[in-house]
Amino acid sequence: MGTHAELEAIVDRYSGESTALLQILREAQEIEGWLPPATLTCLARLLEMPRARVEGVAGFYSFLHIERAGRYRVLFSDNITDRMAGNSELLDRFCNSLWLERGKTSEDGLALVDTTSCTGMCDQGPAMLVNGWAIPQLTPARVDEVAELIRSHTPVEDWPAALFQIEDNIHRSDMLLDASLEPGAAIRAAATSGPLATLEAIQCSNLRGRGGAGFATGLKWQSCRNATGDMHYVVCNADEGEPGTFKDRVLLTRYADLVFEGMTVCAFVIGARKGFLYLRGEYRHLLAPLQEVLARRRSDGLLGNDICGQPGFEFDIDIHLGAGAYICGEESALIESLEGRRGIPRNRPPYPVTHGYLQQPTTVNNVETFCAAALIALRGGEWYAGIGTGKSTGTKVLSVSGDCVRPGIYEYPFGVTVRQVLEDCGAQRTQAVQISGPSGTCIDATEFERRIAFEDLPTAGAFMVFDESRDIFEVASNFVHFFAHESCGFCTPCRVGTTLLRNVIDKLHKGKGSQHDLNQIFKLSRLLQSASHCGLGHTACNPLLDTIKRFRPAYERRLESLEFEPAFDLDGALERARAMTGRDDAGAHLRTDE
Amino acid sequence: MNDAAQPKVRVATTSLAGCFGCHMSFLDIDERLFELLERIEFDRSPFTDIKHCGPCDVGLIEGGICNADNVHVLREFRKNCKILVAVGACAVNGGLPAQRNHIDLGECLEEVYVTEISLAKGCIPNDPELPLPLDKVHPLHEVVKIDYFLPGCPPTADAIWKFLTDLLAGRTPHLGHGLIHYD
Repeated sequence: MGTHAELEAIVDRYSGESTALLQILREAQEIEGWLPPATLTCLARLLEMPRARVEGVAGFYSFLHIERAGRYRVLFSDNITDRMAGNSELLDRFCNSLWLERGKTSEDGLALVDTTSCTGMCDQGPAMLVNGWAIPQLTPARVDEVAELIRSHTPVEDWPAALFQIEDNIHRSDMLLDASLEPGAAIRAAATSGPLATLEAIQCSNLRGRGGAGFATGLKWQSCRNATGDMHYVVCNADEGEPGTFKDRVLLTRYADLVFEGMTVCAFVIGARKGFLYLRGEYRHLLAPLQEVLARRRSDGLLGNDICGQPGFEFDIDIHLGAGAYICGEESALIESLEGRRGIPRNRPPYPVTHGYLQQPTTVNNVETFCAAALIALRGGEWYAGIGTGKSTGTKVLSVSGDCVRPGIYEYPFGVTVRQVLEDCGAQRTQAVQISGPSGTCIDATEFERRIAFEDLPTAGAFMVFDESRDIFEVASNFVHFFAHESCGFCTPCRVGTTLLRNVIDKLHKGKGSQHDLNQIFKLSRLLQSASHCGLGHTACNPLLDTIKRFRPAYERRLESLEFEPAFDLDGALERARAMTGRDDAGAHLRTDE
Repeated sequence: MNDAAQPKVRVATTSLAGCFGCHMSFLDIDERLFELLERIEFDRSPFTDIKHCGPCDVGLIEGGICNADNVHVLREFRKNCKILVAVGACAVNGGLPAQRNHIDLGECLEEVYVTEISLAKGCIPNDPELPLPLDKVHPLHEVVKIDYFLPGCPPTADAIWKFLTDLLAGRTPHLGHGLIHYD
């Protein structure tokens, strides 16, 4: 374990706040690469909380290890786009070259190699994380290089910077990505017109949340402003976990000032003095640059006390790093995580606008929403409302990946057709597009005239392209596994339901399915949609329902029969007993065709 | 049509990898059994000692699938019963016998028949008369299609009564609050 003094120093840095538990655990893990039982005990004592709570949190997040995990933790991103780019072969090559077995820490404690959910590098995959640091564009040569660095025990901080080089790949920009905002301009504009006029501008712009659900931002800010509480909070949701989405990574890399500007404008409107940026663990590499931007803004008087010379306008932002849990993108789970707990969604209502962080009024918005809000504060709501469609004003930043010549970031006014995006990114012979990730919609070639807008195809940004060479069943199967892995385990319908779905899809994958199994999928889907606690369970069936509807033959050719097939190999299940008894008579076998 | 003219519903029951607890619970419907017998007659069942199942309307199966013989009996029921019901926790989920699923079958047989201290020179039985155990215990629905599930360990007599009366009346069985619980 880390020495008592080391752990004490970490806890002190966070003033012993129990809300910082996740951050403390993350830092404590860096001492030894995992969290030994003694470390958890020591932290529980220092933080004066039950040990079970400390271990409960440590056990929840997939990037925290409560079992020995090796000096190097190598996680291959396993989104469908990584698969299509050959991550499985690279993973095998990597394991073979280090003589490792996937999912098991090597006996010398050197390394642990496994897969993880989408790491947001879909335009430059396949990708991996090494001790939390992203390495994109994996090739056999790069994988060999990483293996060699590990074999030679080189500390990750001494690895060549070229390995960690991440591209922005902005291929189409519009008013948001073209905006060259002078830091502080939007805050000054807001301060000049006052909080109520700024709120009015946001409302008049009809800006809707960019996280996918499209809730009216003005209404959210107003409800939060009007809610009573000791403190108000602003939270920026940068836990961009939806597979295929990576636009927030680029916004935070290139437009961090715009994001913080939007958060500060929000703070001014709702009367908050404290803000958080919840950054997904996969974007660990952005932490230091973002902290530099915050420090610069503090010294420029754009954060801190009397911001922009406004007496009494006080606001500051902390960055909270996640640790590999898709569910924390759900706003109430995110707040739980911010408070240093397991990321389990809360019951809603009450909503975060009245009972959010520490049960106080809290505005949670997506990264892109804050960017747009900053521009609206500067240029006015009417200007913004003139862009896009009637019910979807402004622009949308899309993360395009998959089978196309130019994957990357594309910003369009709302209302753009899918066909237009496909043309611009150089996609050919396209079979299907997955809009807004696994929890979104899968459309086929007959629907490419449909539009990206809340009226038609709402999206959080993911736009994954699959050409005619792809087996859509494999796509759906990847998404089903994703949901089974990411279910937080709190409610039974989702915990069990997503696993049952995975079992059915694996059975179909083996060519052992029947019509009965397809019926089971529909039955489970009804159950998940009606009984799950949160959106994860509600949407977990979408990839299957969409693709069964549009690509039914991809499923039907996997059916062994139309009636019923057993879930396992009956005769194979007797093999062990045959070996133990030495029998091979007729009674020692089960025919499958009976 | 008067009731007497209605042909009786033919019901078969069996216990596979179960403890007969569900059958005992069935008997706990007590005097309602007489009312039931006005409407049904038993085919293969411990109540009749008929060895093989003929064509039936309803098959009630207690217990999961732990060996090759269980598979044969289950298939015989599926072939002959229009409606097949998994009765009780073991039939629905594998239940108590499935506790052995995390132990390797070889080690399990080894310990029971060879290394267990109380046995002198034991050996793993290999008589062809004996059904071979499967490497894992499975719920019924993983081997044949099951039409209805009646949960509980065991399902209470009231639950079984409600289930059967619903079925006989042509209603989709629905246990509802009070009859369905997991403790």
